[in-house]
Amino acid sequence: MRRVVITGAGTLNPLGADVPATFSAMQQGKCAIGPLTCRDVERLNIKIGAEIRDYKPEQHFARNSLSLLDRFTQIALVSARQAMAQSGLVIDEALGLRAGVILGTAGGGNTTVDDNYRAVYAEGKDRVHPFVVPRLMHNAAASHVSMEFGLKGPGYTVSTACASANHAMGQAFHMVRGGGADVMLTGGSEAMLCFGGIKAWEGLRVMSRDTCRPFSRDRSGMVQGEGGAVFVFEDYDHARARDAEILAEVVGFGMSSDAGDIVMPDRDGPVRAMRAALMDAALAPDRVDYVNAHGTGTAANDRTEAEALRAVMGAHADAVPVSSTKSMHGHLIGGTSAVELLGCLMALCEGVIPPTVNFNEPDPEIGLDVVPNSAREVRVDVTMSNAFAFGGLNAVLVLRRAP
Amino acid sequence: MGLDVMQENDFIAARVTEIIAEQAMIEPSDITHDSRLTDLGIDSLGLVECIFGIEEAFGISVPFNANTPEQPGFDISSVGAIIAEVEKLVARQAA
Repeated sequence: MRRVVITGAGTLNPLGADVPATFSAMQQGKCAIGPLTCRDVERLNIKIGAEIRDYKPEQHFARNSLSLLDRFTQIALVSARQAMAQSGLVIDEALGLRAGVILGTAGGGNTTVDDNYRAVYAEGKDRVHPFVVPRLMHNAAASHVSMEFGLKGPGYTVSTACASANHAMGQAFHMVRGGGADVMLTGGSEAMLCFGGIKAWEGLRVMSRDTCRPFSRDRSGMVQGEGGAVFVFEDYDHARARDAEILAEVVGFGMSSDAGDIVMPDRDGPVRAMRAALMDAALAPDRVDYVNAHGTGTAANDRTEAEALRAVMGAHADAVPVSSTKSMHGHLIGGTSAVELLGCLMALCEGVIPPTVNFNEPDPEIGLDVVPNSAREVRVDVTMSNAFAFGGLNAVLVLRRAP
Repeated sequence: MGLDVMQENDFIAARVTEIIAEQAMIEPSDITHDSRLTDLGIDSLGLVECIFGIEEAFGISVPFNANTPEQPGFDISSVGAIIAEVEKLVARQAA
């Protein structure tokens, strides 16, 4: 089987408008959670979130193309442009046929849906803009990325709630490894910080009203964010032949389903996903130098994830740094594991592990070295990134330092 | 009375031209009644957006179906033809 490497990365997320800005914010332990600014925010019970601030769509897109681009698609396109620029790839006709895109999103064009339901239900309008459907469809981002770069190979969208981007990247990994494509753009994006998007999450009563404190004894729930990241996954030989800079190698991917509860996390499902990813990578658990946790900051997730890590890693669970970057960028739902993979890339490329911020006190039920509040400089050779979705669908990616 | 209709129709022509110019990303002054939408670079999606803009601007419903290019109900062969159709629809609505 072919080896798969990452040759480009791009992002637009609450911590930064590109990868260097995001790394810098992660290294400083910045928290991007703040007051929400969406329409009708006064009618929300949850008034905090991690928004992308200072983003001006018209600086990135022609006015007449914006009517087709929901915010989640814009985030994917901005990220993909950065990733493609970094990769140095030139997609000619031949490579275009061997290149594709797989992106993750949970809500797709949620803001478009919200705006137009408001128009027809609340405002009584009988007419909506002609492009509502091409804006809201979950595959809009993947399609626009394929169109912008001429990616004529496999293209589709994966939607597995909070694991969407990891499932997408795992599929892209398989696609390149198995020979279905030489280059895949992959990652995910989400933009549901609109009234309806937040109101729906409120209903579950798992949202924090102050901030996101994963693994901290006084944790109070999850905080939603928006954003995403896109990576270039490339066949190692293809990348070498063109002398590309390699950021990291993708070495393992594991998936599992809890087949249990639609929202309550399970220990066994994540255990099987982590073990499958490590087995795929042919790495023993104690070879993992950093775990980017799912770490939502809910009572249920954090405890279960800690138990699952112990089951997989044994004594190494007490030694390996485990952080949740959701404490900084919020929970970007379907795009979150793409931004979290940036935390892994930073650890591998710059030797800095991102922290779990807002951490007040250890929870004896969790333990773990959660890299509290401050980033840590240390050499990292192998990282594992967890995503455990509502619906019990788990996806774990393992990266290794560039060959 | 006749003067009112004249002013009304001038307004319609100006507004329709603005909507089309916005879509084509050109100046309204670059558009004549003889201009054809395809020559202005407006594709089928752009046409649908123009129709939507016209409906919103005048509070009318345009009988346009993208599946029937002959458009028996609404002549889109030129900017002038579209303006004439909109004038009829606005007049019918006022009546």
